[in-house]
Amino acid sequence: MDCEQHGCLALAKMTINLSSLNARRMALILPAVVTIAFFMVIPLFLMGYVSILERSRYGGVHWDTYSAEAYLSFLFERDLSGELSFNTDYLEIFLRSLWLSTSTTIIAFLVGFPTALYMSLQPQLYRNILIFLVTIPFWTNLLVRNYAWILLLRDTGLINVGLQDINLISEPLPLLYNDFAIGVGLTYSFLPFMVLPIYASIERIDFRLVEAAFDLYAGRWQVLKRVLLPLSMPGVMAGCILVFVPCLGAYITPVLLGGGKTLMIGNLIQSQFGASRNWPFGAALAFVLLALVLLTMMFYLMRYRSREAPRP
Amino acid sequence: MTDVLTISNKGDSTRSRFKPFDTRRFPGLRTTAWAFFAYLYLPILILFVLSFNRNHTVTVWTGFTLDWYSTVLNNDDLLRAAWNSLIIAFSASISATILATMAALAMARDSFRGQNSVNGLLALPLVVPEIVTAVATLLFFALLGINLGHLTVIVAHTVFCIPFAYLPIRARLEGVDNTLMEAAADLYADPWLTFRRITLPLLWPGILSGLTLAFIISLDDFVITFFVAGAGATTLPIYIFGMVRIGITPEVNAASTILLLVSVVFVTLSFFLSKRQNS
Repeated sequence: MDCEQHGCLALAKMTINLSSLNARRMALILPAVVTIAFFMVIPLFLMGYVSILERSRYGGVHWDTYSAEAYLSFLFERDLSGELSFNTDYLEIFLRSLWLSTSTTIIAFLVGFPTALYMSLQPQLYRNILIFLVTIPFWTNLLVRNYAWILLLRDTGLINVGLQDINLISEPLPLLYNDFAIGVGLTYSFLPFMVLPIYASIERIDFRLVEAAFDLYAGRWQVLKRVLLPLSMPGVMAGCILVFVPCLGAYITPVLLGGGKTLMIGNLIQSQFGASRNWPFGAALAFVLLALVLLTMMFYLMRYRSREAPRP
Repeated sequence: MTDVLTISNKGDSTRSRFKPFDTRRFPGLRTTAWAFFAYLYLPILILFVLSFNRNHTVTVWTGFTLDWYSTVLNNDDLLRAAWNSLIIAFSASISATILATMAALAMARDSFRGQNSVNGLLALPLVVPEIVTAVATLLFFALLGINLGHLTVIVAHTVFCIPFAYLPIRARLEGVDNTLMEAAADLYADPWLTFRRITLPLLWPGILSGLTLAFIISLDDFVITFFVAGAGATTLPIYIFGMVRIGITPEVNAASTILLLVSVVFVTLSFFLSKRQNS
């Protein structure tokens, strides 16, 4: 073959390679995408659809009848004559969930930030060990970790027995099966989620800035407030989201540590598919929870993940 | 979102050229940090210790015993639940890892249209609260009339294991030198050969790391499994949950400790796999 034909052949090969590259890329990515789309995205839409269906007497739904009853149930209940009256039960649960999630996030921040700061100031070897230590509980079973707190908080548990042994109290303190226990459990479950993002953020900070601040006669709090905190804000925000969102939708912690009572959104949703047998309401609750979570995520993405650095 | 497994790889070159920052500038840091770690590990350690406790009514140490472990190992229902957990975890993690590897390979190089949406889609199982996913999946299976059982659990697990398998593989792929694969192409290797002889061996620690992570996540899952498991597909976490609800028996301590140890072993394995350097 002469030069021209070689050239054409090379060009043809290149074009084929490029298009087969795209086809290959499509083929590689499609299975994962299809799996998630089919088994996650579609079910989520289905859930929204179910929330506007009519509840069936035997626990399922009437797939062909629509009803806004589920959403009405958030704030109202019907008495025997069909009249609507204001009902605060569910509102209470939502508010309690918001309150517990917020307080957990705040506490996690107050403990997590100093810890992350401490970790990032260590020599490389210790840092890796500490990161590893923080990561392990994150991967162990949440159920088991919450169960351990039952052992600690109950009337015959370690804390009460210990306090009684040293004669600090005479009666066991009611530490379990209340909001306090749930708060403790939530903080315990999600603390690593706060530490790691903040650590990642602080690690990127050029500490010469901090030293410069000290050189300029800034006090410790000032350095913290004016230098460290603003520079680590992306990590702090990420950590707060990573704690707040799972807390809002927590199920295991309120079930185990809250006793038989329905205290958080998670238990409420589950009971609609268990004892209460009200699928549309359960779907509505889940849908609202999802909406809240997605709103929080969008807020975070828009403010703290923009291309330019966030303004202090 | 932060990739927790690659945090330690990011060195800070500026700091290494200067004296390390003095921690004493911020007193109370060390105390808080140590308090944090104590708080994090104490309950787990206490659970571990109590599983050997002879006394089972009050949380007071009365003597060492392995009785509770033997009760656990003789409990047929528990063993069956553990077996279910293992089968489901194996299937789900392997499926998820295969899907994730393919996705990582496709996403690795230059950006293409829709890459952000794919990223978002892959991260979706991490963003959506577990209970919402559980409800949605249950309704989905109900609509299709699919009976709840092993398969439904495996499918549900595969979906949320994909992001966990994806992250280490993607991270590993970033670190792989592109010139190696270009060199292979220059030497007339076709894509499949390049993949088999170059990419795959280089990627292998990342794949194993992703596999073990997906395995643990599947093994430990409770909420989603609780919703979509049928009567015959009870997994170990569900069984333990049942035991805890019925009443605190010391077997729960032993079973929980076993589950805990398995998780720790696998996490450690995954961590070391992801840190392995190229030989």
